[in-house]
Amino acid sequence: MRSKFALAAADLRRAARDPVLLAVILLVTGSLIVFVLYPLISVGLASLDTGGGRIGLGVYREAMRSAYIRKAFYNSLLMSTLTSLVGTLIGFIFAFAVARARVPLSKFFNTIAVIPIISPPFIGALAIIMLFGNNGLITWNLLRIQNFPIYGFNGLFLAQVITFFPVAYLTLKGVLESMNPVLEDAAMDLGGTRWKVFRKVTLPLAFPGIAGSVLLLFVETLADFGNPLILAGSKFPILSVQAYLQIVGMYDLPKGAAISVLLLVPSLIFFYVQRALVNRRKYTTVTGKPQQSTTQIVSPGARAALFLFCLVVTLLVGLIYFSIIIGAFAKVWGFDHRLTLNHFKFVFGVGFKAVRDTLVIAGIATPIAGFLGMVIAFLVVRVRFPGRKLVEGVSMLSFAVPGTVIGIGYILAFNHKPLALTGTLAILLLNFVFRYIPVGIESGKALLASIDPSIEEAAVSLGADSRKTFSKVTLPMILPAFFSGLVFAFVRAMTAVSAAIFLVSSRWNLMTVHIMAQVESGNLGAAAAYSLLLVLIVGAAISLIRLVLKSSYGKYAGSMLHF
Amino acid sequence: MSVRLVNLTKEFEDPEREGGKLVAVREVNLDIREGEFVTLLGPSGCGKTTTLRMIAGFEMPSVGEVWINGKNVTNDPPNKRDTSMVFQSYAIFPHMSVGQNVGFGLELKGRPKAEIEREVRQIMEVMGIADLAHRRPDQLSGGQQQRVALARAIVNRPSVLLFDEPLSNLDAKLREQMRVEIRRIQQTFGITSVYVTHDQAEAMTVSDRIVVMNRGRMMQVGSPFEIYSRPENRFVADFIGRVNLFPVKVRSLSEGHCVAVDAAGATLEAYSHAAGVKEGAEALLMVRPESLEISAAGQPLDIKGLAGEIGAFIRGAAEGDRRFMLAEGRISKAVYLGATVEYEIDAGFEKPVQAVSHDPVDAGFWKVGDRVRLGYRPKAAHLLPLEE
Repeated sequence: MRSKFALAAADLRRAARDPVLLAVILLVTGSLIVFVLYPLISVGLASLDTGGGRIGLGVYREAMRSAYIRKAFYNSLLMSTLTSLVGTLIGFIFAFAVARARVPLSKFFNTIAVIPIISPPFIGALAIIMLFGNNGLITWNLLRIQNFPIYGFNGLFLAQVITFFPVAYLTLKGVLESMNPVLEDAAMDLGGTRWKVFRKVTLPLAFPGIAGSVLLLFVETLADFGNPLILAGSKFPILSVQAYLQIVGMYDLPKGAAISVLLLVPSLIFFYVQRALVNRRKYTTVTGKPQQSTTQIVSPGARAALFLFCLVVTLLVGLIYFSIIIGAFAKVWGFDHRLTLNHFKFVFGVGFKAVRDTLVIAGIATPIAGFLGMVIAFLVVRVRFPGRKLVEGVSMLSFAVPGTVIGIGYILAFNHKPLALTGTLAILLLNFVFRYIPVGIESGKALLASIDPSIEEAAVSLGADSRKTFSKVTLPMILPAFFSGLVFAFVRAMTAVSAAIFLVSSRWNLMTVHIMAQVESGNLGAAAAYSLLLVLIVGAAISLIRLVLKSSYGKYAGSMLHF
Repeated sequence: MSVRLVNLTKEFEDPEREGGKLVAVREVNLDIREGEFVTLLGPSGCGKTTTLRMIAGFEMPSVGEVWINGKNVTNDPPNKRDTSMVFQSYAIFPHMSVGQNVGFGLELKGRPKAEIEREVRQIMEVMGIADLAHRRPDQLSGGQQQRVALARAIVNRPSVLLFDEPLSNLDAKLREQMRVEIRRIQQTFGITSVYVTHDQAEAMTVSDRIVVMNRGRMMQVGSPFEIYSRPENRFVADFIGRVNLFPVKVRSLSEGHCVAVDAAGATLEAYSHAAGVKEGAEALLMVRPESLEISAAGQPLDIKGLAGEIGAFIRGAAEGDRRFMLAEGRISKAVYLGATVEYEIDAGFEKPVQAVSHDPVDAGFWKVGDRVRLGYRPKAAHLLPLEE
């Protein structure tokens, strides 16, 4: 033990040789503790507050006694389980069709699967209401059914699957692409039938990836807030929405906090199981350059079936965007489908403040998050300092913590002095920056780990201090990770809703929150117009970054935009 | 003194080990003169690289001090030390051109652009890479990258140049070429250099002095000749080249004339002895394979037609021609390599005796199974303490 302290002291002594580095370490560690850990602790403490400053489990007892909250807990777990399984299944079939069976239109299918990822997460729910709701295009206009029961399990399940299967698709596509097709060739060469090869070789090799995808989808569905807020309705309560309603509707902070903790615990468990699985996979995946296989690993019939499947899913996704686009231009959705620009007039007129606010907030938060992500990746991989594990763990926490929980944490933590931030621009910025750094950190860490540390040591040896080493050597080398962090942070900052909904104010509002408000007040046209604009802005920004990258870093450009 | 290492010790945390720590470097004391080329040589894990990294400032010593040019720099970070390092992986910045790489250190010092360009061009000419200035690093061969790394380190005119196994990624031919080149450049600029390698031939080629290290300790410091021909201990004798060691008992010691007896009671002579060898004690007689002479068993030694008993030497012959007979045995292995033939002789010792015959065309070959007699000249023999 004593020697542990001595070594920590040596690390500190070493860090102290470089005051700039020491300052950065202290600043990063401090701000992670204040802006990630402290809000979570606040939630925990608030949930234990049984009134009059006494601490106890009274609030939990009360919450669990409520059949409604028990139901919400059960519903959330059920919804997450089903979504993760079905979403992964669809994602796997899609990925297999695109990456392995090479069905026609593979590139197109790929694009279709990626679009939902850059869209606001509740766009599925919005479209489902437009298609299957009370005035739904399909249920009302086509089938003349009134009050089709889309609210509740059915609608939400559909929305969640459509929202999250692309996440499974992207994960599994990577897994399938990194698999060496020669293994399948070898299995066939040994006399296996195609089906046997798939079952005995392809599937087992992809299994860790599939399991990882299920767990990831579980965590994301559990945390999701936008879709259930729109679609769950009162008969099918969901935890994240209940936590929100307790606080915004009932002003019951302790109960809202307790529900958050109920939400947080399974999220953390599943998240860490997933991490452990993914990390272990690192050692067992088949490495080496993907080799060309000449063998057709699926039969023509199977290929046709896969193609058909992709087509159906694509149609469904297409239908969603189709209804959003038409909805944005239709006079009164469901009744009067003549084209109009009225909704856009609203968006660009009265509602433009939210657009501007969103752009300002995302515009400021994105580069900070991107840069901070690289700094943290650098510190974690390259610098030895006491508290390094803490920095790594806490910065990754944002991945696991549902937005609702962190949103409640922020209003609890920054509601009073010394950090009274409620209603300010700062609280939104801080939330976005610290919530959306993990992708940058992850890709930065992966890239840095593949770069020989002696390159940075060479710079130091030539007289560069840590600041110059970072800016002139490290950062230019991990630029791809920087940009993928940037894109992720921007997409999330533009489309975030779960935490942000607690933090917006009349001074600083967000498009997403506005969209939710429009949906709630039944103004689907304006909601669609906002959503369309949002998707276009995000799409344009990504294209712009891609273009800039292509012109200046030709060969990296492709690898920078996986997120 | 250009570099002075005082009682340098480095411990690393290692929970697997007793006491929870690994002592990588122990009590290293070394003075390096201005312009001297010193090599740290030893097997992997001997602490040579850690020692080098402590000189550079990448590692902080647990105990001890590093002095450079009369200044205690123990607590200075690497960028504040007047040292430049050449890395094993070359560590060329992949996002800069070759010219930018070489000029990076000068740029950091804030030198004017024109001066940087001039210096960079000059050093690149000396290194024979002037035409590569605008290339990207990924367009360079290993040897070229090595030259760029060296140019980049030298252009700053550091007081100390540090080399961390700079040639280990090159193929054998290029390696031989580059070690001569490194020595040439070092001599041209007269920069004090510390060089780390596990390749003894490399160490012999470039060094003024070699420090042999093992398990964190300095085993011997000396010129290449001293390290090879007058090792202080068994480890150094074994690590540098191949060696035959014969157990003996020391009878008398004097410089240039040490007398010992072998297990059979025969008298053997050696020219020199290590400090740890004591009169009356057990010791090891060291003869390198190339110093062993093979002649047919039972036949007279091939000098002046005089036969001898084992251990007898031929009186009357000139000092340099005196031979001692070591043993008789049977050739158990013969490997023909063109310029040399390598033999192993089974002579009743624990390990087969190794011998190398040069110029096989002239000396002829021995076949496996031939009975031979092994002789040596006292000048080629050295006494080592029996240890471990």
